[in-house]
Amino acid sequence: MQPANLLLLTLVLAVVAYGLGYARSRALAMPLGGIRHLKSLPFYYGARAALWCGIPALVVLALWAAFQGKVIQVLVIGSLPPEMIPADEGSASLLLSKISNVASGALPPGFVEAPIVEAAERLKALRGQSRMLMTALVISVAVLAGFLGWLRIRPRINAREQVESILKWLFFACAALAILTTLGIIFSVAFETFRFFEKISFIEFFFGTSWSPQTALRADQVAAEGAFGMIPLFTGTLLISAIAMLVAVPVGLLSAIYLSEYANKRVRSVVKPLLEMLAGIPTVVYGFFAALTVAPFISDLAASLGIEASSQSALAAGGVMGIMIIPFVSSLSDDVINAVPQSLRDGSLALGATQSETMKKVIFPAALPGIMGGILLAASRAIGETMIVVMAAGLAANLTANPLETVTTVTVQIVTLLTGDQEFDSAKTLAAFALGAMLFLATLLLNVIALKIVRKYREQYD
Amino acid sequence: MTDQRSQAEIVRQSLKQRYRKERRFRAYGIAAIAVALAALVILFADIIGKGYAGFMKTTLTLDVQLDGEMMYLDDASDERQLKMADFVEPLVQALIKEVPSATESDRDAVRDLINPYASVTLRDALKANPEWLNTTRTMTFLAHTDVDVYVKHAGDEAYSIKLSEQQQAWVDQLQEQGVVETSFNDVFFENGDSRDPSKAGILGAVVGSLLTMFVTLILSFPIGVAAAIYLEEFAPQNKLTDFIEVNINNLAAVPSIIFGLLGLAVFINLFGMPRSVPVVGGLVLTLMTLPTIIISSRAAIKSVPPSIREAAEGIGASKMQVVLHHVLPLAMPGMLTGSIIGMAQALGETAPLLLIGMVAFIVDVPDGFFDSATVLPVQVFLWAGSPELAFIERASAAIMVLLTFLISMNALAIWMRKRLERRW
Amino acid sequence: MNTLNTTVTSEADMPDENVVPVQDEKPAETVIEEGKTVGRPFADDAKFKLRNVEVFYGEDRAIKNISLDIARNEVIAFIGPSGCGKSTFLRCLNRMNDSIDICRVKGSLQLDEQDIYDPKRDVVELRARVGMVFQKPNPFPKSIYDNVAYGPRIHGLANRKSDLDDIVENSLRKAGLWDEVKDRLDATATGMSGGQQQRLCIARAIAVSPEVVLMDEPCSALDPIATAKVEELIAELSESYTIVIVTHSMQQAARVSHRTAYFHLGHLVEVNETNKVFTSPEHQLTESYITGRFG
Repeated sequence: MQPANLLLLTLVLAVVAYGLGYARSRALAMPLGGIRHLKSLPFYYGARAALWCGIPALVVLALWAAFQGKVIQVLVIGSLPPEMIPADEGSASLLLSKISNVASGALPPGFVEAPIVEAAERLKALRGQSRMLMTALVISVAVLAGFLGWLRIRPRINAREQVESILKWLFFACAALAILTTLGIIFSVAFETFRFFEKISFIEFFFGTSWSPQTALRADQVAAEGAFGMIPLFTGTLLISAIAMLVAVPVGLLSAIYLSEYANKRVRSVVKPLLEMLAGIPTVVYGFFAALTVAPFISDLAASLGIEASSQSALAAGGVMGIMIIPFVSSLSDDVINAVPQSLRDGSLALGATQSETMKKVIFPAALPGIMGGILLAASRAIGETMIVVMAAGLAANLTANPLETVTTVTVQIVTLLTGDQEFDSAKTLAAFALGAMLFLATLLLNVIALKIVRKYREQYD
Repeated sequence: MTDQRSQAEIVRQSLKQRYRKERRFRAYGIAAIAVALAALVILFADIIGKGYAGFMKTTLTLDVQLDGEMMYLDDASDERQLKMADFVEPLVQALIKEVPSATESDRDAVRDLINPYASVTLRDALKANPEWLNTTRTMTFLAHTDVDVYVKHAGDEAYSIKLSEQQQAWVDQLQEQGVVETSFNDVFFENGDSRDPSKAGILGAVVGSLLTMFVTLILSFPIGVAAAIYLEEFAPQNKLTDFIEVNINNLAAVPSIIFGLLGLAVFINLFGMPRSVPVVGGLVLTLMTLPTIIISSRAAIKSVPPSIREAAEGIGASKMQVVLHHVLPLAMPGMLTGSIIGMAQALGETAPLLLIGMVAFIVDVPDGFFDSATVLPVQVFLWAGSPELAFIERASAAIMVLLTFLISMNALAIWMRKRLERRW
Repeated sequence: MNTLNTTVTSEADMPDENVVPVQDEKPAETVIEEGKTVGRPFADDAKFKLRNVEVFYGEDRAIKNISLDIARNEVIAFIGPSGCGKSTFLRCLNRMNDSIDICRVKGSLQLDEQDIYDPKRDVVELRARVGMVFQKPNPFPKSIYDNVAYGPRIHGLANRKSDLDDIVENSLRKAGLWDEVKDRLDATATGMSGGQQQRLCIARAIAVSPEVVLMDEPCSALDPIATAKVEELIAELSESYTIVIVTHSMQQAARVSHRTAYFHLGHLVEVNETNKVFTSPEHQLTESYITGRFG
């Protein structure tokens, strides 16, 4: 049975268990003189039976579905003749995809060696067995646990308390998923990053000034060593983010100031949602705009001025990214400026200060820490932005500060290294994870600092 | 007293300059807003300008003579014969008839006006109606992409017209005759991706997006709401709770591509799940959207006044009953609003899906959660990278469809906030 | 230059603390008649000449046809129950109501014979002449020095650093704060005690040498000791400034003001010399209020 269908079936079984539990609690209550003599309402006895039935079955189902793929892979590889067992993970994944292609019929069996055809057969058989086993196991767990739960219904047990505490634990598990996600991110990048540093030295990665992640296809190939110095990527990312911030900070900040201090209600109610629309536009649309409209425009404009500009200039990607970030800066600044107490405004205005003097000399300095926090958050956004740069910035890892040249960024390289067809074990793929680790650390740092500043600022005026 | 007078004088004198500064400051603010709004307008104008033509297709309406001899076909119900038969020739002959100036030697030039898929259309029609063999039928076929580009964009310098002068003259003439026509591009909404722009459509991507969003919704909404309930109502004040909160706040600001790395390393490599499938896409987007949903759901729960809780607790309801019977229904509109906004974000997300392989060229419309699929924004990305302008046109049109979805979702959220949210 | 009066006002100068209205002499007036104020609302040497003033918040009429003169260098106290419009009226005097969109002011309000609400009137200049101190101390989150120097700086009142230093020192001295803060002028103002903060706000207001200082319940957020200091300060400042003070405390009005105006539901019911108001009010409502029957 398909996992999705099995899931539905389990839910149906849980509903049945609910009905049976409900009925049994009523039946037990009858001789005692009605449901008033139960410790909890029949609803809770039903719910308790449903939880007994559903939860263990769902746990089994989730674990099985999560690990069956890997287990089957290991079994299939293990069944190959010893001389064919791949030495490293890279060739293993190639072999596996070959086998599964044969199994799915995409690759005619005539094209591959006999052991692979056998392995494909075995794969099919294992998949079928696994599915059957899973179905049997899940159903039997559901029925058995449900039956036990049903059997143990007694008028004296407090079903409500039990159901509520199970629910509470479920809620906790949902909240704890955030920790699990963070751990998942850390382990998934850290593990591959360590393996990357087994192949490439720290010094080369952090201080190397050249990036060309080609690894030799054959061992005897020359001049295909590949270089993994992240400095050009780092500077490229910084260049594009800096251009973005140069656009977003003044525009976002000044519009926030105008909207909160000068604009009347009607203007605000029209302009604010329009500005926020900029934040709702998908990044791929900005990328499209940057790559196909802004970049050609900039290079044409530069050409007409007699300057040479790349058709994938950092300026195009950075400028469009800046537009995307405007609403982040403006809405964060707006919050912060509005948090400055009205009494400070009154104090300044009562001394005869003009609105702009009040803004520049009292409110802005008071709001500055909060605004800085907002800008840091926006910067972390710019550094991690992917689609705009993938589409509008280039792949050439130039070490330059000229905004009219092409640069590449950390995110562009991650996407490029991981979207091609390649085995999972090369320095190239591992490099993507190392870059991901750097990106994660950098944005994490910025976010932690920014959130701390913003929180401190809020406390100051609460 | 004299001091006050003279000071008043000084103030008066300084005013002119200070008001100039005031006006300048105000002008900066207006200019900033103008820049931002101009960017928005230019962006939309650019997309619409590039993409509106994508909603039109160019067709040829021909009287096709389904001559069995010409097609090497004597029984249209025979699968094998259908496979071997020539469906191009009747089309070419029908078109040559419409172009009196074309001779047999112009055969290839005429053929190049017809879409390569037109023959497939003809074959499918014949397969469905075997009795049509050896009759003459008036049917409508897609024109070749080059004709499509010429008809829509003749005179536009950005587009290179690949038709020869002679072909252009023919097309002009055919347009006058009503053989070549443009109409609403239903193909765009009924097909998956294709190598041929005039045949390429967004149905596959839309279905892929819907499947992915469905997975995201059924996972992220209940989990997000449950997490928010726990944190707002049940969590004790301790280190673990603090740590969970810090994690949620940070995850909300982690770049989306990192979630792609997580999906690749955990779901695909560790668990051995298949690449390019909506389930994995949905799982990755769930993890990405959860913080948004948790944060907005918590705000919604917080806005339920304590008096409601106290009233329910006062008549002996348990904490869980208070939450499930009173707080949750009252907070639901706010939670739904936040979730719609989170889903809109997920719908527009591209980067993490690239890493889990939802970027493959897929012609078929996916028919399940474990079927290879792509999503709308990734389809935009794929087409935008094509050197052919006809694909760029399709990309812009797809963006318009995507934005329509997003704007309606956000409008729904705003409407719900206005209609359903209670002010306490 | 204003002469500094450093002697503390003696107890004898103040009206009696325990003012009890004379009970046997019943006030003549018992009803409020719009636009009619009993007592002495007008003065000969008027700094402010306010005639038929009405203030609207949207549709609500918050101030109902009030006419009043405020004399040069007098201290006038506005008293009345909460919501009676005394603060609203005060904020009209330097147009602090301007920032509230829905607020409209009607009638004639003149400062030195010039219309305050004239559209051509410069509000910045007006506020430089009519300073204001607020209910809650609102020092800027800057140093003590920068707080006091803020006004002179924006108005360009000092050409040299030493001039500015002088203004800051003088203002702090007048506010009776100099000795307490002279060693820590660079310390941030938000770290001071509430009473010090409020005196700093007064110093900040007088640093631009206004002609009038408006005080909106300046002591309501302060403890009794700090209140006493601020009241002392008001008495000193009255030598060179016109002071309008809104207060909730009748004792305070009695202690610091020359004249007292009693507001009720947007009406100005009675204005008179302070001791007259507190000993023999002419209006029934005034009597009820000061004897604590409502408030």
